[in-house]
Amino acid sequence: MLNGTEDEEKWLAEGIAGIQHNAFYMHRALDSNNLREALKYSAQMLSELRTSKLSPHKYYELYMRAFDELKRLELFFKDDSKHGVSVVDLYELVQHAGNILPRLYLLCTVGSIYIKSKEAPAKEVLKDLVEMCRGVQHPIRGLFLRSYLAQISRDKLPDIGSEYEGDADTVMDAVDFVLQNFTEMNKLWVRMQHQGPGGVREKREKERSELQDLVGKNLHVLSQIEGVDLEMYKETVLPRVLEQVVNCKDDLAQYYLMDCIIQVFPDEYHLQTLETLLGACPQLQPTVDVKTVLSRLMDRLSNYAASSADVLPEFLQVEAFSKLSNAIGKVIEAQLDMPAVGAITLYVSLLTFTLRVHPDRLDHVDQVLGACVKKLSNIPKLEDSRAMKQVVALLSAPLEKYNDIVTALTLSNYPRVMDHLDIGTNKLMAMVIIQSIMKNNSCISTADKVEVLFELIKGLIKDIDGADVDELDEEDFKEEQNSVARLIHMLYNDEPEEMLKIICIVRKHTMVGGPKRLPFTVSSLVFSALRLLRQLQGQEGDIVGEEASMTPNKNFQLLTQIIESLSAVPSPELALRLYLQCAEAANGCDIEHVAYEFFTQAFVLYEEEIADSKAQVTAIHLIIGTLQRMNVFGVENRDTLTHKATGYSARLLKKADQCRAVYACSHLFWVDDQDGIKDGERVLLCLKRALRIANAAQQMANVARGSGGPVSLFVEILNKYIYFFEKGNKQITSSAIQGLIELINTEMQSDSTNPDSVADAFLASTLRYIQFQKQKGGVMGEKFESIKL
Amino acid sequence: MNYLVGAFKPPCNIFISFTDGRSRKQVPLKKENGKTVMVALFQSQENIVGEVVIEPIHGKKVEHNGVKIELLGQIELYFDRGNFYDFTSLVRELDVPGELYERKTYPFEFSTVEMPYESYNGVNVRLRYILKVTISRNYVSNIVEYQDFVVRNYTPPPSINNSIKDVPCLNLSHSYHGSSARDDHLVPLQMEVGIEDCLHIEFEYSKSKYHLKDVIIGKIYFLLVRIKLKNMELEIRRRESTGSGPNTYVETETLAKFELMDGAPVRGESIPIRLFLSPYELTPTYRNINNKFSVKYYLNLVLVDEEDRRYFKQQEITMYRNLEAS
Repeated sequence: MLNGTEDEEKWLAEGIAGIQHNAFYMHRALDSNNLREALKYSAQMLSELRTSKLSPHKYYELYMRAFDELKRLELFFKDDSKHGVSVVDLYELVQHAGNILPRLYLLCTVGSIYIKSKEAPAKEVLKDLVEMCRGVQHPIRGLFLRSYLAQISRDKLPDIGSEYEGDADTVMDAVDFVLQNFTEMNKLWVRMQHQGPGGVREKREKERSELQDLVGKNLHVLSQIEGVDLEMYKETVLPRVLEQVVNCKDDLAQYYLMDCIIQVFPDEYHLQTLETLLGACPQLQPTVDVKTVLSRLMDRLSNYAASSADVLPEFLQVEAFSKLSNAIGKVIEAQLDMPAVGAITLYVSLLTFTLRVHPDRLDHVDQVLGACVKKLSNIPKLEDSRAMKQVVALLSAPLEKYNDIVTALTLSNYPRVMDHLDIGTNKLMAMVIIQSIMKNNSCISTADKVEVLFELIKGLIKDIDGADVDELDEEDFKEEQNSVARLIHMLYNDEPEEMLKIICIVRKHTMVGGPKRLPFTVSSLVFSALRLLRQLQGQEGDIVGEEASMTPNKNFQLLTQIIESLSAVPSPELALRLYLQCAEAANGCDIEHVAYEFFTQAFVLYEEEIADSKAQVTAIHLIIGTLQRMNVFGVENRDTLTHKATGYSARLLKKADQCRAVYACSHLFWVDDQDGIKDGERVLLCLKRALRIANAAQQMANVARGSGGPVSLFVEILNKYIYFFEKGNKQITSSAIQGLIELINTEMQSDSTNPDSVADAFLASTLRYIQFQKQKGGVMGEKFESIKL
Repeated sequence: MNYLVGAFKPPCNIFISFTDGRSRKQVPLKKENGKTVMVALFQSQENIVGEVVIEPIHGKKVEHNGVKIELLGQIELYFDRGNFYDFTSLVRELDVPGELYERKTYPFEFSTVEMPYESYNGVNVRLRYILKVTISRNYVSNIVEYQDFVVRNYTPPPSINNSIKDVPCLNLSHSYHGSSARDDHLVPLQMEVGIEDCLHIEFEYSKSKYHLKDVIIGKIYFLLVRIKLKNMELEIRRRESTGSGPNTYVETETLAKFELMDGAPVRGESIPIRLFLSPYELTPTYRNINNKFSVKYYLNLVLVDEEDRRYFKQQEITMYRNLEAS
């Protein structure tokens, strides 16, 4: 029937012109109080609405024009001094019109005045109007006519407290009227689907959805009627609306109207009629999106529950949860081909609902998850990404609600749901869990929970069969593993016994992580263990003997094992650092042989595994630094270790590195503690050796490049001299410092061609420091007095 | 109207008036020349009382062989032009032969006149009542003056006034089965195939007899709809038959077209009928008036489908004139 938008525009324009034309004459008749003419032209004007050529959208435009004109006509009708005809006669008079559509529009218009005049009970007039409107069976025209009826009658319903209230059962009349109009409108609306030109289904559905609000408005009106109390809603309104919804057997209408019911009526009504409302769901057409309907209902009820704590008892009283849960079960059962995403969405809503309404009922949460597992287990493999998202939402909801993973860990079905996720999503979910823990700073404090937790996040902990390793994004992987590492720090218990268990469990899980994960997790684990160690230390004395299993020794064994696992990676640098860390801890525990063992391991690693010269430099400095702080060693052990360290230093590849490592070794012989070792002679030896190396480096540079070498090395050594000089090392004399300064100056001058600004600045500030010390006076000033600059 | 043309100007004017002319109800009457005039309204058994005034034109004398007034009830069949059938003829002598010099008034009275038929102005027939004053003259033509009046007879509401129904169905409404509409529908040939399988309706009119200002209330119930209907109308048709035997003329006029339904109904719909008769110019049903003519009324329910095929069912109703409602 429609040949395109252009034609439609044309028809609309013609219709509007027709309305305007007749409205003009109608106005003239109104102005001259000529009722006859007014009726004639208004009927002609309304005849424009008889068109079948317009889509609902355009028809609406036309309707609105006519609607505006009818308002003027109504004013005229209202004033009987103008036309001299009683409203009763007028009511008959307009029915003389030969065409039904104009006749009924006029009838409704006069009808509204008839009610206002109170010459007849509102109920009678309304009943007559709604009955007469049956004559228009054309869907669009009928819908608009009835919508006009609804519009003009809205404020004239014989509602409680309304001026049109009748004697008895008056609200019932109002309700009956609206319900009847609603029923008829819905029938027309549904009929659109089957009548009219056999156009494209989507187009027809689009047109229908443009009209849906006309139908829904009736429900809105119902909800606005004062007299519709819970009792009436329960006994009359809801059953009759649902009857219509179910009987119309149209998916579009059913979906829209169910949603409408849920949105327009108050929450407490829904709560009290939950059974009826839910009972209708399985009766809907299989193509109706029941899940969205139910989700909306649950969302609304959830919000209602959240709105005030006072309403919660109501929920309990009506057993809202079990009713909803049953309904969902039935819907899912009934709709076998409902996609997984649908079912899961339903569960998410139910979960949200129970979390809001019964936050204390973890069993409900678990029940929902259990139902979900049941549903998921019927599906071979979850591949729908939207379904996956919903599962994530399902799993995240309790986390968000309780802000505490500990609660979630008590849900037995939680991990079972996670099992149904694909690898990527599983990881994602694991990340969500970890983030939740981080965000809430929740501490997981028992071994059992840790066990469950690691079961949950196992996607991150180890490679899962079938995972496509190549797909992994390096950064994502790092991010994930860093999270796991952070998570390990959140596992904590004050009880060493339990803590040890926790560590053992974490170890058990992380050890299977493979070479890519270990570097991330091991260090966390080591530090976690070290913390336990310190904790033990703090408690020492109180609980000796009782917990024989919990000796530091044992702990260190564990540590060793953990770090050894890194050898498989291999990640010698990290292992070395961890050994040193452990050594320091052993030092703190005053266990010499353990500390020695750790150093041994570190040295072994250095010798065997660390080949890169840069790594060697870093490692040797770490070793030196750690060793310097050790005070647990006896002379022999210490000598051995320092000797080794110095040896390694001197064997570094680059001269500059050698030099720096060697002068750093000097500190090994001079610990600035009360009872630290203070072997000035060996300090001097180190420094001299460093100086020699610096010299050699200088010469090598001269030979190789014809220019001076790194003067800054000398300045660095000078700084060491000054340090030990200040600390009172008798072997370091002011003349030695003086000599060194002169040497540096000579070097600098000879190397004037190639000025090294950094070294210059370094030297200058060093000299400034000496100057400062000299001027400071006191003991230090005297000491420095002898140095001549 | 009956003045002789031109030079033969009548020597006097004749006025006919009714005694209760001022208080008596006047109704419009369409004359032959198409003009509508207001005339007095009577009903059967009434006394028709009045006076005739004869006023000779100034200075003229009128000789006559007598003055009389007749009350005539005539049926005029147009195809039989000029032939009047007087079913009623009453005469009153007003004056003996003599001369008139001046204005003279003659009272007259017809007591309890039997006027069984109503005035009627149809397509092929007219029934009218006239008062005819004749001044008989020698040698020259008589002077004649007419005065029309209208007769309407009221009938009490019929004691039996059934709803229009045919086969009683199980449901409450008495209904007429649309399937029998096949007998007299006007549809194109291809529609002959089973209207029984296409359309099945029940309809009900509240009454079979209506007074002229009545309202037709009714309902149409769609039992089966397999054709795409576009709309439905109710027509009021008047069937005037004149003459008899081989010379019977039948004229059918559609007096009202009233749209009952817009769009296509589905099975189970019921459509209300409410048709006010007052806007239409109806008369009572006349059955075999003086063996000359009949006027009957029919309700014609017409269903139009999307291809503009029309299905209809015609049903006679009896119209009567009701005193209270008029």
